[in-house]
Amino acid sequence: MARKGSTANRRHPLATVALIAIGLMFTGGAYTLFSGTATAETSTASQTTIDEGKKLFAANCASCHGLDLQGTGAGPSLLGVGAASVDFQVGTGRMPMAMQGPQAMEKAPQFTAEDTEALAAYVASLSPGPAVPDESLLDAKGDASNGAELFRINCAMCHNVAGAGGALTEGKFAPALTGVAAVHIYEAMVTGPQNMPVFNDKNLSPEDKRDVITYLKYIEKNPSPGGYELGSLGPVAEGLFVWIFGLGAIVALTVWLTAKSN
Amino acid sequence: MSTVTTPDTAPAPAPTQTSSQRSSTSRFTEAAANYIDERTSISGVVKEFGRKIFPDHWSFMLGEVALYSFVVILLTGTFLTFFFQASMAEVVYNGSYVPLKGVEMSTAMSSTLNISFDVRGGLLIRQIHHWAALTFIAAIGIHMLRIYFTGAFRKPRELNWVIGFILFILALAEGFTGYSLPDDLLSGNGLRIIDGLIKGLPVVGTWISFLLFGGEFPGTDIVGRLYSLHILLLPAILAVMLALHLVFVVVHKHTQWSGPGQTKDNVVGSPILPMFAAKAGGFFFIVFGVIALMGTFFTINPIWNYGPYDPSPVSAGTQPDWYIGFADGALRLMPPGLEFELWNRTWSFNILIPVLLLTGLIVAVLVYPFIEAWVTGDKREHHLLDRPRNAPTRTAIGVAGVLFYAALWGAASSDIIATHFQLSIEGVIHVNQALLILGPIIGYLVTKRVCLALQKKDREIALHGFESGRIVRLPGGEYIEVHQPVDEYERWKLVDYNDYQPLMIRPNAQGKITAVQRFRAGMSRWFFEDRIAPVSPKEIERGGHH
Repeated sequence: MARKGSTANRRHPLATVALIAIGLMFTGGAYTLFSGTATAETSTASQTTIDEGKKLFAANCASCHGLDLQGTGAGPSLLGVGAASVDFQVGTGRMPMAMQGPQAMEKAPQFTAEDTEALAAYVASLSPGPAVPDESLLDAKGDASNGAELFRINCAMCHNVAGAGGALTEGKFAPALTGVAAVHIYEAMVTGPQNMPVFNDKNLSPEDKRDVITYLKYIEKNPSPGGYELGSLGPVAEGLFVWIFGLGAIVALTVWLTAKSN
Repeated sequence: MSTVTTPDTAPAPAPTQTSSQRSSTSRFTEAAANYIDERTSISGVVKEFGRKIFPDHWSFMLGEVALYSFVVILLTGTFLTFFFQASMAEVVYNGSYVPLKGVEMSTAMSSTLNISFDVRGGLLIRQIHHWAALTFIAAIGIHMLRIYFTGAFRKPRELNWVIGFILFILALAEGFTGYSLPDDLLSGNGLRIIDGLIKGLPVVGTWISFLLFGGEFPGTDIVGRLYSLHILLLPAILAVMLALHLVFVVVHKHTQWSGPGQTKDNVVGSPILPMFAAKAGGFFFIVFGVIALMGTFFTINPIWNYGPYDPSPVSAGTQPDWYIGFADGALRLMPPGLEFELWNRTWSFNILIPVLLLTGLIVAVLVYPFIEAWVTGDKREHHLLDRPRNAPTRTAIGVAGVLFYAALWGAASSDIIATHFQLSIEGVIHVNQALLILGPIIGYLVTKRVCLALQKKDREIALHGFESGRIVRLPGGEYIEVHQPVDEYERWKLVDYNDYQPLMIRPNAQGKITAVQRFRAGMSRWFFEDRIAPVSPKEIERGGHH
């Protein structure tokens, strides 16, 4: 007890806080330096677009995400999410949400392409974040075989090997990837929407992402050589099919064969 | 055309051709038949076997479906062996399928891809083979249900039930070994679960796993070993058992429904030659046709999507083929945390309990005929089938078993159910856990009541006929509804069934009542306490007069 005074004198009360702050800044700074995700891609959005986006944001998004993108109890902060995230969430209709649920559901987009662009420009103008990817990464002309392997290793455990989707915990799910625009697939990988992890450029290089898109577009454009896919759901769909249609047809035929003629 | 034979009398002579003008073909047939008969004396066999009678009912053809799909499996499987290489040596794939070009994989996977993309007709045959396998086991399943619910497993057919059930287990083994051969991601994950099941057995598990896989999973031996089992040992045992199964069908003669003229001493139906053989031959091609259509138009097991096996990735929607689903479901339904540490070891029951549960289920199905025979104490031969309602307890037990299986089966697709009906996967699992326990109980009670109610209705119809809906006013002013009596053919079906009564507890030779006796009497009470007696002729006499 007697030593209490001397201990207090030796260190300023705010020293710990300051140290943590310096440490955090250092780590964060180093991380930003070494990882490519947070590169501030300054898009050439004009000030008018940004202003337009600001108005749209205040009218449609701010009730949950806050007027300054700081987030509220109903929605996360959007500082640092980047234009890519806005383009994905708004462009696929997930935002604005129709209602709170296990996860935001895909629906018809609520904004036009220009409005989405304006929102993205506004969010990106306040803090740096991943930008909407370049067209050259979305042409689906990469290496399908590399993409397929990467997809099996990184994506298939939630999205299924054929991109048919799958279940997560507590009502959440990984959606099916058929019919999803290449740009949205790319943005999802780079921003990690909903429950999806972020696959940053160190993890999957932009070229790798292009390959993954190439693979997904390949299986979308080339339907199964074996005939109708039954939803690409695997043995459950096959079992259901053989019982209902296969055996169902055969049993119907046995009934027909043994029917007495009238 | 239907013929009646009595087993103990000599078969009727085959109709001889009396036409005076014989064509040259018939003369040739005669000469050829004579040539063969003089050298093989086969006419006796043909006469005996050709006069075997098979009754006509759709449910009697389900076993045939299994038989014919097995033939399809043999034919297509033989084709596949020409091109499949059961080796786990690493190669770089360089076939026609673009998204796998340049990927390292085992020779097994690469040769399966070649069958699918580079062998002419290979994919079609592969798909027919796989669809036929699914059909085969499904057909065995409903065939077994038919046998069970109609009581066709009773004396003298108990052993054939056992043989049939062994055939079912062999078919599961065939299916699983086949599923594992392509060495794609799906089959590798399936093997990993089997490996886990084996390793979950206390003490011996790890040793068995290392023995099976030739070292740590997955090793480089397993595909070759499964291949030997899949194309050599298992089909050989299966074929022998199948032959035995069919010999027993001939020896026992086919069961039939009870009806006028159809008694326990005869079989009414078509003889094998020519009617039944022609019908069955045609039916083979129908079954083959349906399976071929499935193979043509519907993808099955697209291994090109799954890619080569690699122990790290697991795809969403990784399930076994439907017939192993109940085992996968049992693992999924097991509540977590059933393990403790003792003597420096972890004792885990998460896998052991489901394995024991499934073993119990399998053994229960296997020995059911003997249990029922012991409970009823019935030593008579039964050649007439029971309508399910006329054996209420048996039918109720069957329904309970089916529901138990269904809950396990449904649990295996919990993730697919969750995504497609937008439910939470935990909710689906918990509902299935509840259904596993409650489903059989409720199913048992409801089925038993429904059976008894149907029996009561049968009794009512046999005695008083159908309600005609015609209301008649009698001269005295009374209104009655006229009942239309059933004709005698219909009535036969309603009144002809076995009536069991609970066994009385009797002292044995030493004058003692043993515990076994008490137990048996208890079981018998459980089976037959609630019963509806069949209508006696006397009751019909009385019933007809009012």
